[in-house]
Amino acid sequence: MADEDRIMLEIAGLKKKFGEDVILDGVDLTINKGEVVVMLGSSGCGKSTLLRCINGLESFDEGSIRIDGEEIVSGSKAMTHLSQKIGMVFQSYDLFPHRNILDNITLAPVKVQRRAKEDARAQAEQLLRRVGLWEKRKAYPRELSGGQKQRVAIVRALCMNPEIMLFDEVTAALDPEMVREVLDVMLELAQGGMTMLIVTHEMGFARAVADRIVFLDEGKILENLPAETFFNNPSTQRAKDFLQTFEFKKH
Amino acid sequence: MRASGIEVLFLGSNFARLVEGLWVTVRISLLAVLLSLLLGILFGLFMTLQNPIARAVSRVYLEFIRIMPQLVLLFIAYFGVTRAFGWNWDAEFSAVLVFTLWGTAEMGDLVRGALKSIPQHQYDSAYALGMNRRQTFLYIIIPQTLRRLLPPTINLTTRMIKTTSLVVLIGITEVLKVGKQIIDVNRFQYPTASLWVYGAVFVLYFLACWPISLLAKYLEKRWR
Repeated sequence: MADEDRIMLEIAGLKKKFGEDVILDGVDLTINKGEVVVMLGSSGCGKSTLLRCINGLESFDEGSIRIDGEEIVSGSKAMTHLSQKIGMVFQSYDLFPHRNILDNITLAPVKVQRRAKEDARAQAEQLLRRVGLWEKRKAYPRELSGGQKQRVAIVRALCMNPEIMLFDEVTAALDPEMVREVLDVMLELAQGGMTMLIVTHEMGFARAVADRIVFLDEGKILENLPAETFFNNPSTQRAKDFLQTFEFKKH
Repeated sequence: MRASGIEVLFLGSNFARLVEGLWVTVRISLLAVLLSLLLGILFGLFMTLQNPIARAVSRVYLEFIRIMPQLVLLFIAYFGVTRAFGWNWDAEFSAVLVFTLWGTAEMGDLVRGALKSIPQHQYDSAYALGMNRRQTFLYIIIPQTLRRLLPPTINLTTRMIKTTSLVVLIGITEVLKVGKQIIDVNRFQYPTASLWVYGAVFVLYFLACWPISLLAKYLEKRWR
């Protein structure tokens, strides 16, 4: 297989400003098919903005983003086609409150991808069963717990058969005891060969799921290392300091 | 046996006249309400535009309509315009016009508020699922907006129906005016007429507004 065919996501020289503030300052990142990359960094370092640029929710000033060889241009006509290749799950459980769980999942496959209802339903059933929520298919989002809603949001993104999944701090707003059920779903997904770019503050999870860790600081990628290397032996002081903040020792 | 006076309602064609009067009220308010709903939705969308001129225009319009008592607007439309420009609008036209102007302003503000209340992440997740603008509005934003709009819209509708009683003052004979006439004619034979006639008017207003409340309850339940 040629090298180009293996590349899922290719970001080159990405720059993004909000007014005078430089949010992303020349980001280069390549993710291969089937790879799981976890992006770490303190809040405000540009992680979320980077994800939003990748699926076209945010425009950028310089550089390029390619998904499977196709260039991302925010707001363009081709973007709606491209964003179907990119599944995204947000921090705030963002289900559509006026539709039940099943409709939440099948709406976009039916209306956007013009798939047959039965087909979308069958896939939704299979995915919902996998995350243990098939019984809730008739329920409305407000009847579900945070963890359940987030699992549905993952299923909703998966039902579009994306080629890459982006996760933006999806457990950050959850009660601690619900974090696990969501992370387990993501872990299973990673083991199934899905290409994933994950932003998280769950260090244990990052270590378990990631092939590679990308450490972002002030809009720049400071580290881009295999997960074990990053956690055991980060090369920059900034990354060392960052990892320290997650460690507690008795003095 | 002394009569209670309730018979006054059924003397001659009295009752039919009251119902006819109610029809005038309902006709004016329904027409104004329907026009207000349609134009109000457009005005609401117009108000959400970022354009500073659009904002200024809608702000002035909204404030003007809110500050002016409806009665003053009615007088301006019916008497003032005739004097100033020689346009001879008939009373019912003036009434529908004024109530539509008022309803559009109020409805527009409700639509604006409801649209604004839909959180940004609803748009984001729709776009992230590959929906274009049209699909996002059609399947995600508008259905949620309508649900939020329902209670205040019903409130506005019933307020408009009740406020149409003001049209008496520009010479339209609606249900209240008919009632007054019946009371005046029967003042000596039926001294208690006002109680019964106004009571009947109350019931008629109630019958006009109640179905709307029922419809709202039904929809709220269905949409939850």
